[in-house]
Amino acid sequence: MLARLTHLDRLEAEAIHIFREVAASFAKPVMLYSVGKDSSVLLHLAMKAFYPAKPPFPFLHVDTTWKFREMIEFRDAMAKKLGFDLLVHVNEDGVRDNINPFDHGSNVHTHVMKTVGLRQALDKYGFDAAFGGARRDEEKSRAKERIFSFRNAQHAWDPKHQRPEMWKIYNTRVSPGESIRVFPLSNWTELDIWQYILQEDIPIVPLYFAKRRPVVERDGMLILRDDERMKLRPSETVENRLVRFRTLGCYPLTGAIESDADSLEGIVSEMLVARTSERQGRLIDRDEAGSMEKKKREGYF
Amino acid sequence: MRPVLAESVAAAENVRDYLAGQERKSLLRFLTCGSVDDGKSTLIGRLLADTRQIFEDQLAALENDSKKHGTTGDDVDFALLVDGLEAEREQGITIDVAYRFFSTPKRKFIVADTPGHEQYTRNMATGASTADLAIVLVDARQGVVAQTRRHSIIASLLGIRHVVVAVNKIDLVDFDRELFDKITADYLEFAKSLGFKSIVPIPMSARYGDNVTTRSERTAWFSGPTLVEHLEMVVVDDAAAEGPFRFPVQYVNRPNLDFRGYAGTVASGTVAKGDEVVVAKSGKAARVKRIVAQGGDLTAAVSGQAVTLLLDSEVEVSRGNMLVSPTERPQVADQFTANIVWFDENALKPGRSYLLRTETDQVSATVTELKYRVNVNNFAQEAAKSLEMNEVGVCNVATQAPIAFDAFAENRVTGAFILIDRITNATVGAGMILHGLRRAENIHWQALDVGKRERAIAKNQRPAVFWFTGLSGSGKSTIANLLEKKFHASGRHTYILDGDNVRHGLNRDLGFTDADRVENIRRVAEVAKLMADAGLIVIVSFISPFRAERRMARELMAKGEFVEVFVDTPFEECARRDPKGLYARALEGKLKNFTGVDSPYETPESPEIHLLTLGKTPEEMVDVLETWLHERDLAEEYQAGDGI
Repeated sequence: MLARLTHLDRLEAEAIHIFREVAASFAKPVMLYSVGKDSSVLLHLAMKAFYPAKPPFPFLHVDTTWKFREMIEFRDAMAKKLGFDLLVHVNEDGVRDNINPFDHGSNVHTHVMKTVGLRQALDKYGFDAAFGGARRDEEKSRAKERIFSFRNAQHAWDPKHQRPEMWKIYNTRVSPGESIRVFPLSNWTELDIWQYILQEDIPIVPLYFAKRRPVVERDGMLILRDDERMKLRPSETVENRLVRFRTLGCYPLTGAIESDADSLEGIVSEMLVARTSERQGRLIDRDEAGSMEKKKREGYF
Repeated sequence: MRPVLAESVAAAENVRDYLAGQERKSLLRFLTCGSVDDGKSTLIGRLLADTRQIFEDQLAALENDSKKHGTTGDDVDFALLVDGLEAEREQGITIDVAYRFFSTPKRKFIVADTPGHEQYTRNMATGASTADLAIVLVDARQGVVAQTRRHSIIASLLGIRHVVVAVNKIDLVDFDRELFDKITADYLEFAKSLGFKSIVPIPMSARYGDNVTTRSERTAWFSGPTLVEHLEMVVVDDAAAEGPFRFPVQYVNRPNLDFRGYAGTVASGTVAKGDEVVVAKSGKAARVKRIVAQGGDLTAAVSGQAVTLLLDSEVEVSRGNMLVSPTERPQVADQFTANIVWFDENALKPGRSYLLRTETDQVSATVTELKYRVNVNNFAQEAAKSLEMNEVGVCNVATQAPIAFDAFAENRVTGAFILIDRITNATVGAGMILHGLRRAENIHWQALDVGKRERAIAKNQRPAVFWFTGLSGSGKSTIANLLEKKFHASGRHTYILDGDNVRHGLNRDLGFTDADRVENIRRVAEVAKLMADAGLIVIVSFISPFRAERRMARELMAKGEFVEVFVDTPFEECARRDPKGLYARALEGKLKNFTGVDSPYETPESPEIHLLTLGKTPEEMVDVLETWLHERDLAEEYQAGDGI
């Protein structure tokens, strides 16, 4: 008698099925690789889906130039180790205008460097499908999104007119210029992600583990001063505190939490008793009500 | 929040033990459905809150939202937890399905909160397609209404076998037992033919939590389980695990010449190394040589598992085919009967060509016959010429090539399909196959020794179909007639299919409704195809107002054989010419469904030839056609009779 599939087995099978469906149906797919834990899981699943072949698509990182240095090091090390085709795109217009989170605020910075940067990259290479690591449990507009999520030629999401999505039969048809965002981790929860990382021993950026790091308390968040571009305000001091990150984004917009969890087991047990959601550490979600939905309609992942 | 988890972790030896326990929990996927304002979103919000899945920052945001958009006075409005779109919060309704996740000590759950409005039925169907149980909410004050019935029928059609009837807002009817019993009886009576294995009615107040997670003292007369008790206990059998082996091939993995792996997800049954399997469409047999996975080969795979199979012999298999059990095979046919739920604003029209997609296969398909429409209120089978949005019907479907399938009742994976509009790419319908049609199994293609090529060479020409489209009175027939005279004069073998003439014979049973126009074109396209097969140059002169049918005709012909000629004469000019007096009658309202007046003409987007007729003679238009032929060297090719 064969063993029943566990919950993680089923989630893994669903994600692999989705990867293969895209590879079989689209002319030019790409995987968005944003270096965080969800991307690490996504990468691991992509390698499994096509084993022994390599994934038949490149990996794209939209670099806002404000990511943690350790994220960039980790990204390059993974690309070298696994031998995948890594594309890095930076919005040069934004760099030229010196767009940054301190002077322009999180809204403008994220829009220009991330959303517009992503649209530029998708147009430049003509990708017709793009994998992302978003999960439905992250945020309530994401809870509404299809696994295969249609985007018009302007990369916009129309939440009021989504295609029906029946069973595992995905409609992969698009006209020239249109595309589909594909979310293999739609049905995973944060707990599932950590559990899978633990089970499969998946490498993740060391920033997830607690360590003494130089942080500044600003606007109620603990910001890691990752380089000299972050100017201190008169009342601020840099303190070495034992911290880690629940999610990773641009360093000036991502709050650390005080924690002594320096192992995967530690992270998971901390998460199980957490009183706040992981996106609480993200400044960009708090700008205004429905801000995630707005960003997604503009083309954000 | 969530102190429950802290206790459970402490109780387990360590985190890994705790997680191992989590892994052994089974998963139940369910949806909430029913009419607008019956409290679906409120119930899910209540479930999430009472099972302690809500974080403090989310609760703070919820309290904020409740003040702004809430519909519950000073109380927290739990619906705002799931109504995640701006438009939903502003209008206080659910537009699209939201998926939420929660778990109890006994089970994990994925719940789809689906909209109650009839216009969003397709989103309810989306949520139902992956669910094993439906919570049908009924407002105790309203009882069973049309939308309760519609959602129950759709849930049943989509294969859901377990239902909870949540008689909600029981607090607003003073926890009246008689009313609850009456609603229960009404529902059971209505649902007796829907094939549900379990129907569990529960009196409930989602807003105040009665009988959701905790037993309500205010319904002391109720002896059944609370909602969560039932959700934790209900046994949903996994039919797929027991069924015969089905493996739809999704992707052929060929990293090098020595490795040819068939990747896919086991749809039902199991497979082990060394098993004999059969290719569904060809009947060729092979043995499973390896079951490949990263980290080491497997000895067996079960339903739901995504694997890569290697076979011991070189049989022809590609995406869309299936590897199956040699003793219990699926049906392979190009005609079958199915239940269809229609999603699109443009009605389903029999005869129109759609793309049919199963989990991995894709073919052109038409509904050849709409047998009947199901009245969702009383199950009456009603005659209908088309299926409107949100309607359900039983149809015969014909595909351009055979597909492999099982009856949906036997297999939810291999018995389902969707229909896609060829022009907009919208998902317009979902189908559940009832059975294959015998006539498809018994009519085989007769192989013929003299083919199209031989017939064309004998005529010393290359077959072609010149498809003239345009408004009535635009000059199609006049120009087509002149073109045929030219062809004839140079010794070509031709035939004109004229709209009016064909309607006197082959199509005299058809009228001018959209559905009849679609069938009109389908028949003419098939006749044109036969004539091209006979080696003729065919000139079709039909208004052919719809893009979808012109595209269908194009795809019937060999590559390069179809030449769309748009005879572009403005409506005003056609109405002025009015050679048959039809415009005058149509504009007076004496002639119904007249193209350009009260029936649409969809302009060609990229015809091979675009004839702007205004101020030109028919002879000049034929010159344009001849120039086009010369530019493409087609004239010479017809001369030489090659290039077939």
